[in-house]
Amino acid sequence: MLKLHRFHGGLRLDGHKTESLGRGLQQASIPGRLFLPLRQHIGEYNKPMVKVGNRVLKGQVIAANPSLICAAVHAPTSGTVSAIEDYPVAHPSGQSDTCIVIDADGKDEAVEPTLVEPLKLTANEMIQQICRAGIVGLGGAAFPTSPKLSRGKANGIDTLIINGVECEPYITCDDILMRHCAAEVLRGTGYLQQILQPTRTLIGIEDNKPESIAEISKALAQTPLTNTEVIPIPTIYPSGGEKQLIQILTGKEVPHGQLAFDIGLFCQNVGTCVAITRALEKDEPLISRVVTICGDNIGEPGNWEVRLGTPISHLIELAGGYGHAAGGHLVMGGPMMGFSLSGDQVPIVKASNCIMVMREETIPHTPGYHDECIRCSKCTEVCPAQLLPQQLYWHARAKAWERTQEFHLFDCIECGCCSAVCPSQIPLVQYYRAAKSEIRTAQKAQFKSDRARIRFEFREKRLLLKKQKDEERRRLKREALQKKHAKPGAGEPASDPVQAALERVKQRKKSAQEESQ
Amino acid sequence: MILAILTISLMAGLFGLILGYAAIRFKIEGNPVVEQIDALLPQTQCGQCTYPGCRPYAEAIANGEAPINQCPPGGQATIAALASLLDTEVLELNAEHGEHLDVPLVAVIDEQTCIGCTLCIQACPVDAILGASKHMHTVIAEECTGCKLCLPPCPVDCIDMIPSQQTIDDWKWSAPPDPLELVQDA
Repeated sequence: MLKLHRFHGGLRLDGHKTESLGRGLQQASIPGRLFLPLRQHIGEYNKPMVKVGNRVLKGQVIAANPSLICAAVHAPTSGTVSAIEDYPVAHPSGQSDTCIVIDADGKDEAVEPTLVEPLKLTANEMIQQICRAGIVGLGGAAFPTSPKLSRGKANGIDTLIINGVECEPYITCDDILMRHCAAEVLRGTGYLQQILQPTRTLIGIEDNKPESIAEISKALAQTPLTNTEVIPIPTIYPSGGEKQLIQILTGKEVPHGQLAFDIGLFCQNVGTCVAITRALEKDEPLISRVVTICGDNIGEPGNWEVRLGTPISHLIELAGGYGHAAGGHLVMGGPMMGFSLSGDQVPIVKASNCIMVMREETIPHTPGYHDECIRCSKCTEVCPAQLLPQQLYWHARAKAWERTQEFHLFDCIECGCCSAVCPSQIPLVQYYRAAKSEIRTAQKAQFKSDRARIRFEFREKRLLLKKQKDEERRRLKREALQKKHAKPGAGEPASDPVQAALERVKQRKKSAQEESQ
Repeated sequence: MILAILTISLMAGLFGLILGYAAIRFKIEGNPVVEQIDALLPQTQCGQCTYPGCRPYAEAIANGEAPINQCPPGGQATIAALASLLDTEVLELNAEHGEHLDVPLVAVIDEQTCIGCTLCIQACPVDAILGASKHMHTVIAEECTGCKLCLPPCPVDCIDMIPSQQTIDDWKWSAPPDPLELVQDA
């Protein structure tokens, strides 16, 4: 039996998982109109591959970018592209971003899949297929999976970790997926093993999901996966964070400035495993995901397999509509790390694991006033990244950005434990997020000014070079002219045509005179 | 006595040689402070500071000829950074030189009006304008520093300065309101 380790801090939170688990995994109907943001992942923007008026089939690529850190977007159903415009998207700013709008025709016609036997593919071919399917990490970060796999494969992986922890309260999409698609999770794990060739594989699941543990263990007994273990881990928030889960299972800490695959570890979410299975076995791109819908203002909380691009309003309608009052406050993600949405017209994207529909009254709005820090250091006790939240707070509030970086601001995973325990109710994470944005903006400005300096200096150099060249050319010309004038060469009169003509005329006149005489 | 004098003279001579060699071997070209100051300036090359570019202004600051508050594009952030580098007092931006804009400007050429005279291309300090004689010109928005130096030479006034496009990536989380200020307001 594997010895489990403990990460620093963390919290035991009320799970609130049962509310949304009662109705199983339901299939959501396709809405009349779908909104697909061009970018649903961390990385570069996709470019639209279709035009307004085009008919698209389910699974057809509608936006892509050949850049490495990118994941293509596919049409979730058949229909007509009716617009490529800015629409509200799932972003904490509440701003709009470019979306491809598809009017569904209800036929749900799919592109003809090209089926291949996944076991016969080489690792690179598998990664390419995963890339074509537009798969991103479905745990919430939405980092494109194929570049991560390429890097992992290049670095050599010792332990593959499958993340079925789902530590944040209310969210149950991974739980329900493990219960209903255990075989697909494990086949996906098998494909990851085929690509990465790890020496062992650990499937971590929190012990508040006994059904999932049972289902996965049962499915594991029926598959020939080697050196693979299901590990129930204690329920402590945020044990689902990649670095925390690595620490629990292996006792290793990912060093500052490095990523898991730099120390031979590779983490992937169970949802991503299922997406990989479908991409390799059925040539099915990522066009749907499981979304938990819950909260105190929804008729029937539950889990739905939803096509990407479905407006949240459609999902709310399916889930019994608003409970108490129409509208209410929408949060994407869980209560600890989620962010508020601008409205229910926002579409489901690859990163949408949970939609919380809350009554306005129950949302703890960020208070305008918070008490002063009393230096109780409770935040330090719970910080899973072993930072000093109090110091970070002082420096962030004083806008001393350099000092915050000295205290490793960018190692903060924004889990919200510090804010949750603060007796003065200081919105600490909000301070850190603001500080991070300020620093990133300054870095961008620095990058731009460095570029401008290089261009400016290059231009100066070019102009100087041109001036020198021009001067050199003029000097050479001058010298050549001087040389010409300086030597009145021999035989010059003979070669002078004017003189010769005059001579000839003189000669002719002379001979004419002689003749007349 | 003589031995002591000899020893000291010998040592002095030896150290002199070492120092002399070091002075040649590790000679620093140019003033390193200028480089550091130049790195903090926004490199718009706009000349609003009255110097012909960021580097000349950096040299002027290093020589003590110019105060640190003459750079409107850099704004208060640049002044603070310069003050911290030079260990001097933080000054307010001198309004004579212009005002700081939160959203940087970018030049746009009205392509209908442009006559292709190339004068703006010659004026642009960062080669951000593309075009050829009697052909339409255009601005590479990503490289434009918003210095406005292309405006005066244009004979048909076809260049406009507009706020640069802000994307969703430029959005910043806002910090919570400072409780002290809230108390003062109340």
